[in-house]
Amino acid sequence: MPGASPTRIPTALTQGTVTKGGIGESTLRPDGTLKVTGEFAYASDLWHEDMLWGCTLRSPYPHAEIRSVDVSEALKLPGVYSVMTHDDLPATTHFGLEIHDQPVLAKDRVRYHGEAVAIVAADHPETARRAAAKIRVEYAELPPVHDEDSATGPGAPVLHPGRDDHHAPHVTHPNIVHRQPIVRGDVAAAKARADVVVRGEYEVGMQDQAFLGPESGLAVPAEDGGIDLYIATQWLHVDRDQLAPVLGLPQDKVRLTLSGVGGAFGAREDLSMQAHACLLAMATGKPVKIVYNRYESFFGHVHRHPAKLTYEHGASRDGKLLYMTCRIVLDGGAYASSSPAVVGNAVSLGAGPYEVDNVDMEALALYTNNPPCGAMRGFGAVQACFAYEAQMDRLAAELGMDPVELRQRNAMSQGSLMPTGQEVDSPAPVAEILRRVKAMPMPPERQWESSQSSGAAGGSTGVDVRALPGGLSNTTHGEGVVRGVGYAVGIKNVGFSEGFDDYSTARVRLEVAGGEPVAVVHTAMAEVGQGGVTVHAQIARTELGVSGVSILPADTQVGSAGSTSASRQTYMTGGAVKKACEAVREKAVRLGREKFAGHHPAWVSGGELLLEGGKVVTGDGEVLAALADVLGDEVIDEELEFRHRPTERLDLETGQGFGHVQYSFAAHRAVVEVDTELGLVKVVELACAQDVGKAINPLSTIGQIQGGTTQGLGLAVMEEILVDPGGKVRNPSFTDYLIPTILDTPAIPVDVLELADEHAPYGLRGVGEAPTLSSTPAVVAAIRNATGLALNRVPVRPEHLTDTR
Amino acid sequence: MRVTFTVNGRRHEADDVWEGESLLYVLRERMGLPGSKNACEQGECGSCTVRLDGESVCACLVAAGQVEGRDVVTVEGLADYARQRAEAASAGGTAAESASVSTSAADEQRWAAAPAADGVPLSPVQEAFIDAGAVQCGFCTPGLLVAADELIERNARPSDADIREALSGNLCRCTGYEKILDAVRLAAARTDHAEAPGDGNGPGPHSGHGPAQGEVV
Repeated sequence: MPGASPTRIPTALTQGTVTKGGIGESTLRPDGTLKVTGEFAYASDLWHEDMLWGCTLRSPYPHAEIRSVDVSEALKLPGVYSVMTHDDLPATTHFGLEIHDQPVLAKDRVRYHGEAVAIVAADHPETARRAAAKIRVEYAELPPVHDEDSATGPGAPVLHPGRDDHHAPHVTHPNIVHRQPIVRGDVAAAKARADVVVRGEYEVGMQDQAFLGPESGLAVPAEDGGIDLYIATQWLHVDRDQLAPVLGLPQDKVRLTLSGVGGAFGAREDLSMQAHACLLAMATGKPVKIVYNRYESFFGHVHRHPAKLTYEHGASRDGKLLYMTCRIVLDGGAYASSSPAVVGNAVSLGAGPYEVDNVDMEALALYTNNPPCGAMRGFGAVQACFAYEAQMDRLAAELGMDPVELRQRNAMSQGSLMPTGQEVDSPAPVAEILRRVKAMPMPPERQWESSQSSGAAGGSTGVDVRALPGGLSNTTHGEGVVRGVGYAVGIKNVGFSEGFDDYSTARVRLEVAGGEPVAVVHTAMAEVGQGGVTVHAQIARTELGVSGVSILPADTQVGSAGSTSASRQTYMTGGAVKKACEAVREKAVRLGREKFAGHHPAWVSGGELLLEGGKVVTGDGEVLAALADVLGDEVIDEELEFRHRPTERLDLETGQGFGHVQYSFAAHRAVVEVDTELGLVKVVELACAQDVGKAINPLSTIGQIQGGTTQGLGLAVMEEILVDPGGKVRNPSFTDYLIPTILDTPAIPVDVLELADEHAPYGLRGVGEAPTLSSTPAVVAAIRNATGLALNRVPVRPEHLTDTR
Repeated sequence: MRVTFTVNGRRHEADDVWEGESLLYVLRERMGLPGSKNACEQGECGSCTVRLDGESVCACLVAAGQVEGRDVVTVEGLADYARQRAEAASAGGTAAESASVSTSAADEQRWAAAPAADGVPLSPVQEAFIDAGAVQCGFCTPGLLVAADELIERNARPSDADIREALSGNLCRCTGYEKILDAVRLAAARTDHAEAPGDGNGPGPHSGHGPAQGEVV
């Protein structure tokens, strides 16, 4: 068993690698050493003496009435400590990010395949699984709702009767979670003027975030009757806010600490095992750990909304967009999750980064008996981007124009208006990033011939099959292989929108330790891999002029940092760290003035004093005092909140309003080679240009862009959760749900622009999501270019390319 | 049942092992070595890659009972393993395969200029993963490190295609793999240079044989 320590819980998640450098430098991750030595404590690595293992029993049916639940056989199994069902819940029974419509454990009805029905705690994970299998649940199957027709047609079963959420009054059917139109200008008049009209119907499959570290956490009952939860999540405080009522505890007795997080991408925004582990810990009085395996993980979190999109664009002969219309139907699945916000994003970003004065748009999300869908990187904007970029290519073809030139002719720029009427009031270099990706050198043709062949690579002399579609399957040596090139560009919002009070908190302490000034940064920011901990240390070093920065573990003992999503954390919690550092700096300088006023006239002249290199210096760089001497035994400690400028709700009928904080733009050029006989695709290169405002850490910035690009590639050619018409998930494993391997992923050259947004800290622009948008349509455009096929659905599969369905 | 085997050079014993337990479960839950990660339990993701008598294997697919009396290296022991290999090589010489390395000398210097981890002894692949930015969430990292180290052990100068082929069983969801390629190129270049100090002009083609005995630092 593990060594002397009774627990293996996160205490030093961010320590180990000594890092240097302020903003704009590619400093290294402070958690890097722990992560490469295997010492970093991920949620699934947590261990506590005497702990139990939790397990979840899930519904095998997408829609059924629960007639009875019998747990007696499960309880008899030696090693089982507790079995809980809905009837055992002590307080509030439902949770949800916005609408509390999801039961902690299903009561009398299950609404999706994989819904949690009962939970077990036992002394071995296999015992817990066997006990769960002994629970007898009697179901009576109900007809499933699986698409718009079955959800809103006559006689459709209402999935959530008696809705009283704030979207209920304005939806046209109770199985619609939320609907948002945007109407602007005069589409009918513009249509009469249009020389060319293109219309298309598009479909986006259900993508999974597929983070590598499955859902996990450890709940430890505390002596004060509260609970300590060590958890992999994206937002500690919103988890706590949902947990406390479910546990029947005051918020201050539900204490969360971030454990190591193995990726997120939106899938950790909703609760998964949090409430279950806490409930079992409270029921047994013992620590309870729950770790999902990959199979359960596919059922344990929301996915990207599958979408059906209908688009129409009209343009003049010279390629100027006159109008566009769209209807975007998102499948929200059984529970609301973040569907309302995804609807708002899909429609408000649905026209893409283009100027178009006349629009008639709508997006809606359905309640169905499919798996619940919610946040995934790109959040509604991904689905729309696939459709509007396909439309732009079709329009270019109709007009006989170069597709990049058509995009540039209609590209928005600073000062352009969104369909919502909101002015884009910071740089929007859409035409420029397109120019840049187009100008990048093309990858050489027929690289399988130029590559060296070796025995391991297979194939005949002079052919490296690893560079061909089909790879080591050795399906072609170049016969039937056609190259294609495609372009796409996208627009994503940054931060929480539509009037949400979006803020982050940071606490910064400055003190002398070992004779040197040291900054200690404490936030609740969920480090999920993106590198927020690296950036916080950089900001503290820049703002306070110290080399020693300590990043404390994230927990709920400090104010909320908001969610690690919406590309917002460097902007928001980075902004909060900057603000707290500025307040600390001001106090340090004041302290210096009090102590050393008589030593140098600059102390009292009123000029700006700075902290640099551990010293207080004048604006001209003259050293006034060592910061350590200024501080002495004093500790300066500031906890402050940072807010971005307010946004407002979109009008429910016109969709007009100042809905978003900031916009982010990326463009891709994809080069693919397609084995046209077998329908196999090799993406040869996926070049990206993106404006990031300011690259706070260039190494991490490029890492975000390459990672986002690759997830877009996955959606283009391989990733989809298959749900049959009966609502059952068919491929919940990494054997059947494929994500890109290193062989599937091409070179990803990145061109980073830094055009400052004056509204944002350091002028930065959220980075993480925009590249996930344009990657998918660029790859599909390249496949269309190679094959001449229409390809209105992603992921593109071999059967779509060979017409063998 | 009782299972006894060597992990990272130390004999470990586990009692009351259920027959269905995997090597991964025993390492993580019974031996206090959670560095190897469980991300799929089907041998698809490579996060649990360890060396078993020198072979790279997915620990989730190996029954614990199969490991009786055998020798396992995990990410926790990788630094020691690499150090011992380098010492053995310096004593006996190694064979370096000839292939093109696409990291330029300039690239290597750029990365080498980055501050290295202070005080913690790491293997070349571990250092390179930090320096090249190949670690984001890090969940795939332990498996990738073991696989990358094994690649460089048998192919000191891997081409990009060799790297992609060798790591194709290791899924990463964060990085898009570009920085992982950078890291492996960097580790190979550093290792190659460390073992051939006479070759100071960057990673040009070797003569097909490793450095002669006594050349290695």
